[in-house]
Amino acid sequence: MQSSKQLKPPVTETYDSLLAPGQSLESVTTKISDIVLFPILKTPTGWLLGFIGAGLLLMLYLYSLATLFTVGIGIWGINIPVAWGFDIINFVWWIGIGHAGTLISAILLLFRQDWRTSINRAAEAMTIFAVACAGIYPLIHTGRPWLDYWFLPYPSTTGMWPQFRSPLEWDVFAISTYATVSVLFWFVGLVPDLATLRDRSTSRIAKALYGLFSLGWRGAAKHWQRYEVASLLLAGLSTPLVLSVHSIISFDFSVAQLPGWHVTVFPPYFVAGAVYCGFAMVIVLMIPIRRVFGLQGLITMKHFDVMSKVMLASGMIVTYGYFGEIFYSWYSSSIYEYYLIVNRFTGPYAWSYWALILFNVLIPQVLWSKKLRQNLPVLFFVSMAINVGMWFERWVIIVLSLHRDFLPSSWASYTPTFYDWSTYIGSFGLFFVLFLLFIRFIPMIAIFEVRDLVHKTTPHTAEHEESGHAGA
Amino acid sequence: MSTAHSKAATNAPATYGIMAEFTNSSTLIHAAETIRDAGYTKVEAYTPIPIHGLDEAIGHKASRLPWLVLTGGLIGSSGLFGFMTWVNLVDYPMNVGGRPHFSWPAFVPITFEGMVLFSAFAAVFGLFLICGFPRPYHPVFNAPGFERATTDGFFLCIETSDPLYDAAKAKSTLLGLGATAVNEFSE
Repeated sequence: MQSSKQLKPPVTETYDSLLAPGQSLESVTTKISDIVLFPILKTPTGWLLGFIGAGLLLMLYLYSLATLFTVGIGIWGINIPVAWGFDIINFVWWIGIGHAGTLISAILLLFRQDWRTSINRAAEAMTIFAVACAGIYPLIHTGRPWLDYWFLPYPSTTGMWPQFRSPLEWDVFAISTYATVSVLFWFVGLVPDLATLRDRSTSRIAKALYGLFSLGWRGAAKHWQRYEVASLLLAGLSTPLVLSVHSIISFDFSVAQLPGWHVTVFPPYFVAGAVYCGFAMVIVLMIPIRRVFGLQGLITMKHFDVMSKVMLASGMIVTYGYFGEIFYSWYSSSIYEYYLIVNRFTGPYAWSYWALILFNVLIPQVLWSKKLRQNLPVLFFVSMAINVGMWFERWVIIVLSLHRDFLPSSWASYTPTFYDWSTYIGSFGLFFVLFLLFIRFIPMIAIFEVRDLVHKTTPHTAEHEESGHAGA
Repeated sequence: MSTAHSKAATNAPATYGIMAEFTNSSTLIHAAETIRDAGYTKVEAYTPIPIHGLDEAIGHKASRLPWLVLTGGLIGSSGLFGFMTWVNLVDYPMNVGGRPHFSWPAFVPITFEGMVLFSAFAAVFGLFLICGFPRPYHPVFNAPGFERATTDGFFLCIETSDPLYDAAKAKSTLLGLGATAVNEFSE
């Protein structure tokens, strides 16, 4: 605890700027790399407690998966007609969270939004770990994960190939590409920072490891030029990629004929929902992190203000989608579509629909107020509400559409079991174990990009305190 | 400071070049331009941040990486599209509700993902290839104070392989251009 206290400066909030005043190239580098480089035995108690808690959840996850593999998917509450339950709800929820990281790192890079700088690294890490949590669900929901290689096109003795015309097969390519490109993009972004850690660390082991992963980066002008070209190209590739991934996931539903799924608005509606939930998760993670590690000078109130506005905007698109669904059910003149809305409003699961409206539509309206946007406890609460609300959205789309489809004779209900919950709650263990390891061993803020921001916002001759020689 | 490295022993490593440190990017760019205009060709700058215009100031040519990425994207997209076409037309034709075997719109999502995946591979591994990574050891790491190149030091190096290389002359030129420290260093 002592060491974490040493890191804390007196807290002065900055409201109108992306950096607290008075930063230099060296001060930001030291600030961020010191979080990673202090000795392993002096790890803050808060981090250790968090890691233990996350580790216990991970145990629960592994236990749930082991039970699933030995017993089968009968341990879940799914049935016919509700053949998709928590597995797909949580898959879509996790992957949606991941999309904010790609949005921040890629789309905002293309639009040259400087406010992404302090939050992009952690958001990208969140993306990768959320995609890991998400990717596990389709692999395990088959019930026989040892046969999952059947998803892949390989020359088999049966002479068969996967069905390339099915959205479920598109999913395989979309998610594996998304995971791979996210990891590559993240690693490329890390290389100059790992070199900084290599050059600043005093421990031989740390020097060797950071040296290994920094690939020999030395900041050569030629390398920087190629590096920037590669980053821009990767951003340009990731932007349509992230849109395509959630669009393809929405095709899993909208290609089916089921009322509640068969809607053309799904791709943009899903993407907006992903951004909404993802930004909420970034805020939920960033508020405690900046407090624990004293990063108020780098992640300022302006960052939270801008992120809240993105959340509000994407929330309004999602809200438009909810009204759209009500409109189609009337305008389609189809009794099945009409009944879908009646069932959502008044059916056995109506409470979940109204919870969705409360969490996703009503509560976030407080973000219109600048004063409340800049009140961190309120913002934290609203972001948590959005995360819960977006979970309910997937619940409503999947369970409420499946449990009452065309024929009343095939209607049924769905109740999640202990293993549904333990697999979901346990997946947070995987996420937080990975995330805590990340903030302990990898700079959670892109150091060179913050240096670049300092460089851009200060006069070029004043990078060192002792400037004055050398007249340029 | 200065050329303190011992060259007395005959088996000492050869000198790699001369490294000048500057306090800021504008002095560095000015120095790089002057050195380039003086006819030096084996010159490289090392900076903690990307500095726009520095590669032109040194005389580096534009990168060919975009062409590599385009090639990767074309291979990925045409490869997967061709593969799906072959599977559905030749190797495993399957009649689904009377739809045509060559139902190309259904191939678009996977074609697109293949384009992105192979372009990204080309961008990342092409970058590593062009930069010569991984290369954990490099002579410039021997230059005194070079560890600051990843924090706040701006460096300019003239290599001994440069035909115009002359340690004394280079040193006085670099000091005249505002360098705060100039050192020869060995491989």
